[in-house]
Amino acid sequence: MTNGNLPRLSLHVPEPPYRPGAQVDFATLKVPPAGMQPRPDETCSAVDTHPLCLDMVRVLGEDHRAHGPWDPGLDAATLIRMLRLMALTRAFDARMVRAQRQGKTSFYMKSTGEEATAVATAMALAEDDMVFPSYRQQGLFIARGYPLVEMVNQIFSNRADKLKGRQLPIMYSAREQSIFSISGNLATQYPQAVGWAMASAIKGDSRIASAFLGEGSSAEGDFHSALTFAAVYNAPVVFNLVNNQWAISSFSGFAGGERTTFAARAIGYGIAGLRIDGNDPLAVFAAVRWAADRARANAGPTLIEHFTYRAEGHSTSDDPGQYRSAAEGTQWPLGDPIDRLMRHLIAIGAWDAGRQAAMDAEVDAQVRAAVRAAEANGTLGHGLHHPFRTMFEDVFETLPWHLVEQSRQAIHERHVKWPEWSDDADVGEGR
Amino acid sequence: MSMIEAINDALDVMMARDCAVIVMGEDVGYFGGVFRATAGLQKKYGKTRVFDTPISECGIIGVAVGMGAYGLRPVPEIQFADYIYPGLDQLVSEAARLRYRSAGEFTAPMTVRTPFGGGIFGGQTHSQSPEALFTHVAGLKTVVPSTPYDAKGLLIAAIEDNDPVIFFEPKRLYNGPFNGHYDEPAIPWARHPDSLVPAGHYRVPLGQARIVRAGEAVTVLAYGTMVHVAREVAERQGIDAEVIDLRTLVPLDITTIEASVNKTGKCLIVHEATRTGGFGAELSALVQERCFHALEAPIERVTGFDTPYPHSLEWAYFPGPVRIGEAFARLIAA
Repeated sequence: MTNGNLPRLSLHVPEPPYRPGAQVDFATLKVPPAGMQPRPDETCSAVDTHPLCLDMVRVLGEDHRAHGPWDPGLDAATLIRMLRLMALTRAFDARMVRAQRQGKTSFYMKSTGEEATAVATAMALAEDDMVFPSYRQQGLFIARGYPLVEMVNQIFSNRADKLKGRQLPIMYSAREQSIFSISGNLATQYPQAVGWAMASAIKGDSRIASAFLGEGSSAEGDFHSALTFAAVYNAPVVFNLVNNQWAISSFSGFAGGERTTFAARAIGYGIAGLRIDGNDPLAVFAAVRWAADRARANAGPTLIEHFTYRAEGHSTSDDPGQYRSAAEGTQWPLGDPIDRLMRHLIAIGAWDAGRQAAMDAEVDAQVRAAVRAAEANGTLGHGLHHPFRTMFEDVFETLPWHLVEQSRQAIHERHVKWPEWSDDADVGEGR
Repeated sequence: MSMIEAINDALDVMMARDCAVIVMGEDVGYFGGVFRATAGLQKKYGKTRVFDTPISECGIIGVAVGMGAYGLRPVPEIQFADYIYPGLDQLVSEAARLRYRSAGEFTAPMTVRTPFGGGIFGGQTHSQSPEALFTHVAGLKTVVPSTPYDAKGLLIAAIEDNDPVIFFEPKRLYNGPFNGHYDEPAIPWARHPDSLVPAGHYRVPLGQARIVRAGEAVTVLAYGTMVHVAREVAERQGIDAEVIDLRTLVPLDITTIEASVNKTGKCLIVHEATRTGGFGAELSALVQERCFHALEAPIERVTGFDTPYPHSLEWAYFPGPVRIGEAFARLIAA
């Protein structure tokens, strides 16, 4: 290695500010006051949104009231519905983690702290807008009325599981609710959403597409492809990028978050961008509605960075205490989305502690009832809830000869390996 | 018709029949494709049905999956099969598994057209035959035509199929059949009987092989360019070979293969792709498992070597008349 007179180069490897045990100080995190951000017209030029990519759209202030031009002006009934859906999502998450610990399923992922990004987005979109979620938007399914019991059936991979026990828990599919099948491969849904939106435009439809991914996944090539195609064809799509600061153990710096905001990436593609307080349900609703209206008006795609915090572990297989300070969550300056909306409703005189307690009890009972109903269809357990032939179905529309042969072998093995369950000869009855 | 004209005609027929059919890819729109496969289609069907895309195979395939979910029937083109790899995640993880993972709620009724194969001095990145990467993927169908007639009929069948299909077009055959004798003048399709292509709609069903040449002494399993090469070698050597053009690798026509090998007792597998882990290994295993008692000699595989596709040494690499001829001789002597 020759150096000459030149300085030695050095590699920068990002390091998160607060490792386990560290004191947390979020003073450096710029959180602008609510209501200070301008709201351009939905059909504005993409370039006009660029200041908003570096700012942060906020509606709910420290006084728990709505401020500024982004206040969506929702009535109390709608806000209460939003609060309830978020509370239901949180109750569902809590119950499912318990079910995983009890061995009723293999795996679960909570969305604690991010309920607003899914629920308020669902409420801001039209019901038949197609959504391409990642794995942390359970609030979307709940807000669109996908039955809780169907979700639990899928998580338990039981005999009522619509996906026939093929998919890892939480990888739902809900075509009837206009929600696309969830894939384990990160970011693949982004170009797919663009394609769906392009198809809608090709057919002269009025429906738009919306996609979700995390800030970590935005490093995938699919993110770049999606934004390029969306820009090139002016596709009617709303991109949601949930920046919850963590991709498993990697902080957002490993996705490029140290240098600029994730919303600022919109600038380079020539599409509209918004960076919003993701724990402010009113800001989420307003921003998504803005972007949806923009797409519907053929004014083009929008990238929305939902700035939030992953309050819990990545999944039931993860222990965040191993890589980040526990104080981060409690001191997160943007608070908790459910708590903030509750306080707002109380501040405007539409809510009180008694109603909150009653609602909490109701959503908990609703979840318990769904879990009970799903448990009657079986839990993961031995896993043999579905006839073995179903393992071979839907690989193709019809079974080619090699799958017919392999299906016969599997059914034969059922008799050899599990003779006590062979009496039904794999004719389709679940157990 | 040449194979290019037949492919163009198939796209034309399907676009006229079904307004859900969308053609897209790099340079396929105004320009009509670098091989002219989509010439005239944009003018005829408009820019929202035939259009150019950014240079992003991941984007092209990913967008096609989304279009399929909407209800369209996209026919994306990947300019060379050598460049399909950036789209592999979308093909393997998404298109191939969408029906399965959603239990039929969503499907990917798309046909990815892509020129493949060597013999054109394409060097490392314009000659590859990556079919084995796709035949290994549950949920994908893999098709390789070898004549203009089949190219049109198979492409129509692929577009109409509700499963994702990878449609490999042997670019060495675009303008004429190739018999492996690179030093002889090129033959145009016009003088070949399989260049008679009916007008309008017809289908060559997926999963059905074609017996190109009936014979009793040895069975040849081939597809794409190698069908013509193997047949020529058999004829010049005077070998009574039964040459089978597989046409579809998945689903495979095992019935035709078994019947032929059980009759001849000998089997030669020929493909351009590299040997190790190539589709020939699967064919060899199937024949061994299913025709073991009929076999009179070890199954022979004539393939490309296990190297990247070279430029100047193309005709040393290509599994041509000498390599095939020696394999025939071994089989006949056995």
